[in-house]
Order: sequence, then C-alpha cells, then structure tokens
Amino acid sequence: MKIKTIYLLAWLLTLPFANLKAQDANAILDRVDKNMSSDNRIMESSMTIHGKRSSRTVTSKSWGVGTTKAFTEYLSPASEKGTKMLKLEGQLWIYSPSTDRIIQISGHMLRQSVMGSDLSYEDMMDDRKLTDVYDARMIGEEKVGDRKTVILELKAKVSDVAYHSQKLWVDAERYVPLKQDMFARSGQLLKRTEMSDVRQVNGRWFPFTAMYRDMLKQGGGTEFKITDIRFDQQIPDYLFTKASLKK
Amino acid sequence: MRLAIQLAYRNLIGAGLRTWLNVIVLSFSFVVIIWLKGIMAGWDHQAKNDMTRWEIGGGQYWHQAYDPFDPMTLEDSHAPIPSALSSEIANDEAEPILMVQGTIYPKGRMQSVIIRGIRPGQTLLDVPTQSLDTLTEVIPAVIGSVMARTSRLEKGDYAVLRWRDVNGTFDAAEVLIADIFASNVPSAEAGQIYIPLEKLRSMTSLQGQATLVTFRDPEPEREAIPGWTLKTKAELTKQIDELIKTKTTAQSIFYFILLLLAMLAIFDTQVLSIFRRQKEIGTYIALGYTRQQVVGLFTVEGTMHAALAAVMATAYGLPFLLWQAKVGWTMPMDTSQFGMAIAQTLFPVYTVGLVVTTVLIITLTTAIVSYWPSRKIAKMNPTEALRGKLQ
Repeated sequence: MKIKTIYLLAWLLTLPFANLKAQDANAILDRVDKNMSSDNRIMESSMTIHGKRSSRTVTSKSWGVGTTKAFTEYLSPASEKGTKMLKLEGQLWIYSPSTDRIIQISGHMLRQSVMGSDLSYEDMMDDRKLTDVYDARMIGEEKVGDRKTVILELKAKVSDVAYHSQKLWVDAERYVPLKQDMFARSGQLLKRTEMSDVRQVNGRWFPFTAMYRDMLKQGGGTEFKITDIRFDQQIPDYLFTKASLKK
Repeated sequence: MRLAIQLAYRNLIGAGLRTWLNVIVLSFSFVVIIWLKGIMAGWDHQAKNDMTRWEIGGGQYWHQAYDPFDPMTLEDSHAPIPSALSSEIANDEAEPILMVQGTIYPKGRMQSVIIRGIRPGQTLLDVPTQSLDTLTEVIPAVIGSVMARTSRLEKGDYAVLRWRDVNGTFDAAEVLIADIFASNVPSAEAGQIYIPLEKLRSMTSLQGQATLVTFRDPEPEREAIPGWTLKTKAELTKQIDELIKTKTTAQSIFYFILLLLAMLAIFDTQVLSIFRRQKEIGTYIALGYTRQQVVGLFTVEGTMHAALAAVMATAYGLPFLLWQAKVGWTMPMDTSQFGMAIAQTLFPVYTVGLVVTTVLIITLTTAIVSYWPSRKIAKMNPTEALRGKLQ
C-alpha cells in the first residue's frame, strides 16, 4: 500500500513536467512549420536520382502559394524539358510536351514515383503543416553532424495521413529539421530524409539540400538541392491555371 | 459398285510408287491435322480445368467496382459479404477473397503486388492455403511460381510487405513465404500474394469485407445480388474460347496448305491417268459402261487414295498420337509469359467427333478433286478414245 502511494505521488509530480514537455515539443514543431512553410516562394532546384547503376539529374523551377497551389516546370534533361506540373487544392495535373496533352494524376497514379525518384506524387502533394497533422512529444537530444538537435516523436492526430508516425531531429537553435524518419503503423521505418546546407533566407532558416531514401528499397536515394529560393514574391494568379500548362 | 472398287484397287496398286507417294502425303495430312486439332482441344480442356481449380471455381460474384484490368478500381472494390452467400461460405461452397494493392520488397527490390486475403482452411481452390496456418510471428504468405521467379523469392524467404489501410495510412510488416505453387494460370500467380483473409481484414480495417466471392458449383441459375456482379464460368473463360477460336482459324490456313499439297498430287495423278488411259476408257464404253459409270470408276479410284491413306495413317499415326496423348507436347518457349492459362506441356485430346470429322473432310475433298478432272471423260468420243487419239 505504502509503495503504491509513493508511485502515485511520483507520477502526479512528474505529470506537469510531461505536459510541459509536450507543450514544448508542439511549440518546437510550430517553429519548424514557420521556417519550412511560407505564404509563397519561387524556387529553382535540382533532383539527382541515384539508381543502382547510374544517377541522373532533373532540374526544375517551381512557384508555390501556401500549401494548396504549386506550379513546376522541368528545365532539364532534354527528355523532361517542358514538362509542367500544376497542383491545385489536392488535384494534380501534368503536361507533357511530347504528347502535348494534360493528364490528371489521381488515385493509384499518385503513388507512382516522380521521374523515377524516391518521392511519389503523393509525397509532393501532402505538404500540410506538421502541426495540423501530428502531435509532438520530445524524446531526447542528439547531435546530427555538429549541430545539437532535439528529437521529436510525431503521432498522427488525423486519420488521412500517409505516415502514422515520424521522428524528427530538429536543430535546437535554428528550428530546422535535419533528419526525418517516417514510419508505418506497425513501426516499420519506411522513408528517411536528411537535410543539410542550412542557410538563412529572408530571416528564416531553410535547408538547401535534402536526401530522400526509401528505406525498404536498395539504391542511393534521391538528392534534392535548392539552387535558388525566394520567399514572399509577387506570383501572378494566372500561373495556377490549367491554361498555363500549355504555354 | 463392288466391281468399281475392285477395279480401282487393282489400278491403284498397279500404279505402284505413284500411288504410294500420294497415299503417304495424304496420310501425313491425316495425322498432322488430327494431332494439331487434338492439341487445341487439349489446351481448351486444360486451360478451363486449371482456371476452375486455381482461380474461378464454378463462377464468381465480383464487387460492382472491381475490374481486374484496372488496378485503380481495387481501392473501392470491397464491401461486406452479402447475406445471400453467408450459408454457402459457411459450408465451404463459396470462398470470399479480399484484394488490396501493396508493395513487396524482396531483398531490397520493389514490386507492386495484389494482396489476396483467403481463408487458410478453404477447399474450393487448389492454392495451398493450408500453409497460411503456419505459426510464425510474421505474416505467412503463399505465392505462385511466376511471382516467385519475378521476385526471386523462395520458400522460407522473408520480405517486407507494405500496404495502406482504409484511410490511406502506410503500414508494413514482414511476410514469410510459406509455400509456392505452380498452377499454369498466370492471373492467379503473377503479382499476387496470398495471406490469411482475417489478417488482411485487420490490416486494412475492412472487417467482414470481400472483393469477390468464388462459388463451387456452376449452377446455371443464380440470383442477382445488389452491388455485386455475377460472372459465370462461361464468361470467365470467354478469353480462352476467343483465343482458341483465333488460333484455330490460323491453324486452318495450315490445314488448307497441307491438304492443297496432297490434293494437287491427286489431281495431277487423275489428269495423267485420264490422259494415258484413253484406250482403256474407250474399251469400258465399248463394253457397255455408260460415260457416267466410267467417271464414277475414276472418281472411286482417286478417292481410294484417301482410304489407303487412312489405313496407312492408322498404321504409323495411331501409335504416335497415343504416345503424344501420354507424354504431351512441351512447348519450346516459356508459356508463363503468355498471360494466358496455358501449360508448358500440352496433352492432346482426341475425340471420336474430331477423328470422324477430319476423315470425312479429307475423303470428301479427295473425292471432289478426283471427280473434277474425270468429268472430261463424259465429253470424250469413244471411237477416238479406243484409237488412243488425244482429245
């Protein structure tokens, strides 16, 4: 009886700290969201897909407004040049210059790989804020490279989410994720993203390089490098229309 | 008529090598045509039998959204099992199957699969689902030999299987390949992985649901169930019928060429006989034969080639055909890539109807080809013929 009472008291004493930790974790996640999402952005990037035998690089320029509108134009290689993608409120269209046709990517096609990379169309589509989808809990601290990070465990609070849980290593000073593990409901690690080359742009910290890996698959992963990014720019509305895909 | 047959026989035997060459060519046509038709009948029988045993049973009820040619439909192709089928399922007379899209990662490679949930204790299909009762911490799974070859998985191997639940959330677990089967039915094997039905239902939060229900007895009259489409055995094997029909048409061209060669030889023989035996024709008429009787005599003589060919074909063809029915014909290419239910070794099936029809068609064709040049006799002047003058 005495032992039980001691345990109960100990639990009651630690409860406020646990809540505090959860609050801290969600506050950190909020700061991560503030760094990673923006009202609008114009970005030039290269995506290198490391296959088992060879690698290939695709460069693109994209324009984005909030989390619902995005327009991407592929610039190289020649085989992909002129291919355009438009995301509008959960719908995705692709224009291919070789066929001069616009097709909507939906259903099962959303799960296909983008240009043979480790990213699916769905991965690209789902850019909701982490705080909208996950509850965070701080589970430790660790060094990633030479940066001190806090480790957040994210559990889905909505049902329509691809990854049931995630583990996020967040730079303790800059509030930028440096490593992200995505798990299946069973706890199986499915994908890992490692971010680096963190730079300050318009007062916010942003990783310029990200390495995506499908952890169940062999291969060197997909390296995503930002060559130029600008936030809070004037982006004309007509860009986010199907008509602009054929222009 | 008897005399005509006797005369025809003597003339044919008297012609020696010329007759036997014709008979050999014609007998070859008999054997090849019966063998090829037997192969087609055997394929038809084997394909439908294998499909029944491994995939379609006596027919199926499909969820109304299910389209096997469109994997995108799988996401919405599931519903609670209709109560009208509950008793049949309880009596093992029908088998519910739930189908979900997934991805398997055998040794770090990625392959799209359709996960089929099936009851381990089922007896309706030959799929070795009893192996799904294997006690293991991971999910026991059964795959076909085609899938095993493409994924390079062997019995006892482990691989990670990834799927999505009803909300689209990823889940993944290890599977153990508990057994591998070979069925000759690519649609039951290629890109398919069988796991226990209840396990798949719990994995996907689709309790009590199925994509299709296979029933055992192909009863002709089955009631319509709202939300489900009845697919009879005839509908499900229609593809086989169509393919065999196409193949048979293509083969007919080969039969035609084969028969054409044999008939050309007989036609030439008849023309030569009439040309060289004008005095004989004149003598027959002088002895009181009507012109039509002489035409009949020559026609019987030509047709007798077919009769002799049938006897010769029986002599060497029967042992060959029986041997083929026993050992079958193994195709030189890999049939699993055909996408159709076709065995690597086809066993010909010869029916009485097939043999009789083939013999009748060849004999009738030979009779027509024999009669055709013989019509000239009817126009002959018997006096000139007796003198052996060319007409």
